[in-house]
Amino acid sequence: MDDAGLSVPVAARGLTKTFGSFRAVDDVDFQVQPGEAFGFLGPNGAGKSSTMRMIGCVSPRTAGDLTVFGLDPTRDGSTIRARLGVVPQEDALDVELNVRENLYVYGRFFDLKRSEIRRRTEELLEFTQLTERADDRVEPLSGGMKRRLTIARALINQPDLVLLDEPTTGLDPQARHLVWDRLYRLKQQGATLILTTHYMDEAEQLCDRLVVMDNGRIVDDGSPRALIDRHCTKEVVELRLAATTDLERSAGHLRRDGLEVEVLPDRILIYADDGEAALSFADGVGLRPESALIRRSTLEDVFLALTGRTLVEAG
Amino acid sequence: MNASGVVAALIPGSSHRWAHVVARNYASTRSAWFATVTGAFEPFLFLASIGIGVSVLVGDVDVDGRTYDYTTFVAPAMLASAAMNGAITEASFNTFGKLRWHRIYHSMTATPLTPTDIAVGEIVYAQLRGTLYSTIFLLAMVVLGLVESWWAVLALPAAVLIGVAFSAAGLAVVTVLRTWQDIDLIVFGQMLLFLFSATFYPLSVYPEPIQMVAQLSPLFHGANLCRDLVLGTVGWYNLINVAVLLGMTVVCSRLAARRFTSLLYK
Repeated sequence: MDDAGLSVPVAARGLTKTFGSFRAVDDVDFQVQPGEAFGFLGPNGAGKSSTMRMIGCVSPRTAGDLTVFGLDPTRDGSTIRARLGVVPQEDALDVELNVRENLYVYGRFFDLKRSEIRRRTEELLEFTQLTERADDRVEPLSGGMKRRLTIARALINQPDLVLLDEPTTGLDPQARHLVWDRLYRLKQQGATLILTTHYMDEAEQLCDRLVVMDNGRIVDDGSPRALIDRHCTKEVVELRLAATTDLERSAGHLRRDGLEVEVLPDRILIYADDGEAALSFADGVGLRPESALIRRSTLEDVFLALTGRTLVEAG
Repeated sequence: MNASGVVAALIPGSSHRWAHVVARNYASTRSAWFATVTGAFEPFLFLASIGIGVSVLVGDVDVDGRTYDYTTFVAPAMLASAAMNGAITEASFNTFGKLRWHRIYHSMTATPLTPTDIAVGEIVYAQLRGTLYSTIFLLAMVVLGLVESWWAVLALPAAVLIGVAFSAAGLAVVTVLRTWQDIDLIVFGQMLLFLFSATFYPLSVYPEPIQMVAQLSPLFHGANLCRDLVLGTVGWYNLINVAVLLGMTVVCSRLAARRFTSLLYK
């Protein structure tokens, strides 16, 4: 039995990465368990990609401890990478080769046998629904197809751990759902996934557990549900008011009566376990919103509660 | 010892995996066979131009008491220059694009390949093409009666050594360039070496101090080596030529590997 395969896929303690005086990753601790889908959630520049690059053994850490499969990325980079599948933010496909050749050449980088690569190529093309484009050049493929090919390529070595950096950024909704579906199946097959995202719905769909990052630090961690329960109420009421309304003053009215309120540039959010009750309360204090929406709390609200900013503002 | 063993001894930290980079480059240029073939015609154009035109005007050349027809004198230096030019072009232009715009190296570093493996693979690949051209060049010289000695057989490995040395240098230089305009610096340096490395005339035409400077040019050592082998005037000095080119290969390829590492591992 492969002993390292059973050990903790990734463990970090005090992990730090600086570029000059900029602390991209600032003293973070986390552990990824075998078979789990682990997420880094945060705005652009939060330090997610820097962390991923350190796990991928292509970025030497500045300080702290990091082990991947119990090995040291600085010393055992090639050995670790032989067991990783990496889906980078930019697809980085080989535009001088066709779809099948991309998988073949990449498989050779892992010293895989030619016959083995051919067999896996057919399976992976099937899995990512690219069989019909196998002999096409890469350039004319749609964004969704390129991303699926990048995923197929990352799986050619049957990795024990798959790193996905913003796996669906830049894809249209339909393409995103297809990618999610494939990643979900991968997870069900027992793969360990680590992904970064600044999409809340992505984190909620795919992650068993996640850490919220902001300015290089981990501000909280837990399952999506636990984070929502810890930082938010069950429901959120979104009120859009006429452009002339003084939002701060309106919020003041609500706060005075004990409601938890957040003011955004274009709307007011009321956190409440009973959205309907909160809405009628707002009506009672004389607020006349142009539109009102009661929705379930999401990780977006968690991020707002933790940092005081929305992900869009932060990005 | 196999090829990987030799490379690993010269460049610490390289593995057998550089061969996969060579294979990748080969796969990517299979469709560009036309450009590859036209490159092979270049030496014929060189030799024809000199043999038909320049040589008639210049007449014969005297070196160390022997007299050569000008084409015979120049051809081995053209062989050396062609090996240099081919290597620099391949190593600089192609690699520059990959380093700056295509993310191909980033996806390679996500596999067991290291930046050192990538650098070695690029040097070897640049040289495979150079070896093809040098072979054709040397055969053309035989056919045209420009070879004076059986030592000329060794001119092929000599040309390969020149190519490896300049591939490594080209690759090291390219890692510090920022824009395509900077590439002009390489072209300028190439021209300087091509014109003043005693390629078109014997070193003895220079005054003594300039001769010393010319001997700093690696192309001088390459051209001198090829010329002595092709003309059969081999001597101890040729060992210095080989040592200079070998030294340049080792130093520049280690430098290139280190630069690749610092560019790709940030």
